[in-house]
Amino acid sequence: MDKTVNQKAWFLVLPVFLVVAFSAVLPLMTVVNYSMQDTFGNNQFFWNGVGWFKELLDPSTDLGGRFLASLGRNLFFSLVILAIEVPLGIVVALSMPREGWTVAACLVILALPLLIPWNVVGTIWQIFGRPDIGLLGYLLNAAGFDYNYVSNDIDAWVTVIVMDVWHWTSLVALLCYAGLKSIPEAYYQAAQIDGASRWAVFKAIQLPKMNRVLLIAVLLRFMDSFMIYTEPFVVTGGGPGNSTTFVSIELVKIALGQFDLGKAAALSLVYNLIILIVCWIFYTVMTNAGVERKVQASSEPAVEPKPSVALKPVPALEPKEGVA
Amino acid sequence: MARIDLVDLAHSYGGNNAPQESFALKPVTMTWRQGGAYALLGPSGCGKTTLLNVISGIITPSRGQILFDGKDITPLSTQKRNIAQVFQFPVIYDTMTVGQNLAFPLKNRGVPKAEIDKRVAEIGRLLDLEPYLNRKATRLTADAKQKISLGRGLVRSDVAAVLFDEPLTVIDPELKWQLRSKLKALHRELDLTMIYVTHDQTEALTFADTVVVMHDGRVVQSGTPAELFDKPAHTFVGYFIGSPGMNILPAEVRGREAKVGGHVIALNRAYDNLPAGARIEIGVRPEFVEVVAPAPGLLTAKIERIDDLGRIRFARVRVGDAKLAARAPGGFTSVDGTAGLKFDPSHVHVYADSLLVEGAA
Repeated sequence: MDKTVNQKAWFLVLPVFLVVAFSAVLPLMTVVNYSMQDTFGNNQFFWNGVGWFKELLDPSTDLGGRFLASLGRNLFFSLVILAIEVPLGIVVALSMPREGWTVAACLVILALPLLIPWNVVGTIWQIFGRPDIGLLGYLLNAAGFDYNYVSNDIDAWVTVIVMDVWHWTSLVALLCYAGLKSIPEAYYQAAQIDGASRWAVFKAIQLPKMNRVLLIAVLLRFMDSFMIYTEPFVVTGGGPGNSTTFVSIELVKIALGQFDLGKAAALSLVYNLIILIVCWIFYTVMTNAGVERKVQASSEPAVEPKPSVALKPVPALEPKEGVA
Repeated sequence: MARIDLVDLAHSYGGNNAPQESFALKPVTMTWRQGGAYALLGPSGCGKTTLLNVISGIITPSRGQILFDGKDITPLSTQKRNIAQVFQFPVIYDTMTVGQNLAFPLKNRGVPKAEIDKRVAEIGRLLDLEPYLNRKATRLTADAKQKISLGRGLVRSDVAAVLFDEPLTVIDPELKWQLRSKLKALHRELDLTMIYVTHDQTEALTFADTVVVMHDGRVVQSGTPAELFDKPAHTFVGYFIGSPGMNILPAEVRGREAKVGGHVIALNRAYDNLPAGARIEIGVRPEFVEVVAPAPGLLTAKIERIDDLGRIRFARVRVGDAKLAARAPGGFTSVDGTAGLKFDPSHVHVYADSLLVEGAA
């Protein structure tokens, strides 16, 4: 079909251009502008070129040291929570019931933590972990553990990680559950006939069939944990010392605490860039996996979606003539 | 290698206490001969897949027993029965190569590596999968995948029976023929009991030497294709097998005569002891009814259309409310849209409540 050429159609897109310009492009350019300057308040700005960026990547300076340290903490945090949440999510999904009313119950219970706002989660754990009035903190201390997330680095880390696991494992579990549910029953029956053990079924069927949802889960959890701010901020405020200060917390400290707009702008640009790069890597990996799947799908018209052949009416069900 | 006996076997998804009418598989007792090629034929939802899954052990029957060579294996799990099953959609293990797929059942059973390699090579050769043994199984076509599914069953040397659950559903029509003849060849070569579930009568009749027709959870007839065609034991079999299906007409039968709409059709045998109160019907295949020029003494029918199937023509006619199919001999044309029907008495069967009644000679 020939396309109709109508240049007036551009006017229909114009509102979107304007909205995006005001909501995204202009603020972003403002940030770029700030990142090249230094300010001491009073709306006085001094040109600094790429100075902030140089400092940012140089660990010997104050800014660079703080940024790289918080980046390191952030990556370590993401790594730890992924290492816990992904296997745990898989285990939870595998042990969920596959039919009956218990499915709905499990789904609701799993979804609950996901529905709680970040700062509320933070507050819950902040109080829960307090040695004086918090249930967890009190019991741990009563049991002889010297637990205090306000004064001990390791305790603070453990608290923040456990909190994240509590909050987000459900997401991984629900995604995995959806992946598991999409596996046709015949695979399990065939595996049973082939004499596969539980572990062999997991390795040969369930894990390969879940790889796509797992990729999405890893992406979502990585991005979220890399941008984490509210929860640790409410619980530990980045402390004790700087031990749980992640990049976003550092950024807010510089921007709003010290009002160093130039440094903060440079930092947020680099932060943004890192996230973009990670997104791009994931996107490429995922679309590549998708292409591979498409190639497979075209060579085999079958497997998951029931093909139309299967839906063809059975001869006996068609009205047959000659039958009184 | 085994003979399979089903003894009063029944299954209900609603538990054993559900009313018998709701059973997915109504009580059946039958024997599957060692080395036989069987087809389980019936429309969707007739219980054929349930029966198959009961034999393979995926479903534990609500009642009755399954014997392999006389040994009760009803309580045994699928793994412990020597059964292979091929499903409607090809099941292959995505991450493995074709060879690893074939080796999987043996690996799970702890067979020594040398033995596995030997068997895999053998089965690969048998199924023409040799060139693919080191390729990833996901990239193959649907028919090759079905062969792998089958191969995973055959690779076990102890396998007693191979069950097929509509295995050709997803295969292209052209390849269907090839794969089906491959199955037949394998059957001859390996002396295995094969049970093939399908709703396609051509598939059933060409594959099997014994066709078991199921309807509404019941086995209504089991016999050779010729028996099913010549002497359907149930009106359903007459209607389901053959294209077009058997003509079935409500009739009054007395002695050697059947009365349809006031017209008398001669019968070859005498039917004097028909059960009282039963619904009586006569059944005759379209091949044994001929349309001729209307004449006194013949049942008059209105011709609706004539289907030319190439080697044979069938007239679709109407007698009162009943629709029939009848053979139209070469050169037959109707002048005024009506025709007389000539029945071949030796092929007119009488049914009481849908079941075949044998007349006295």
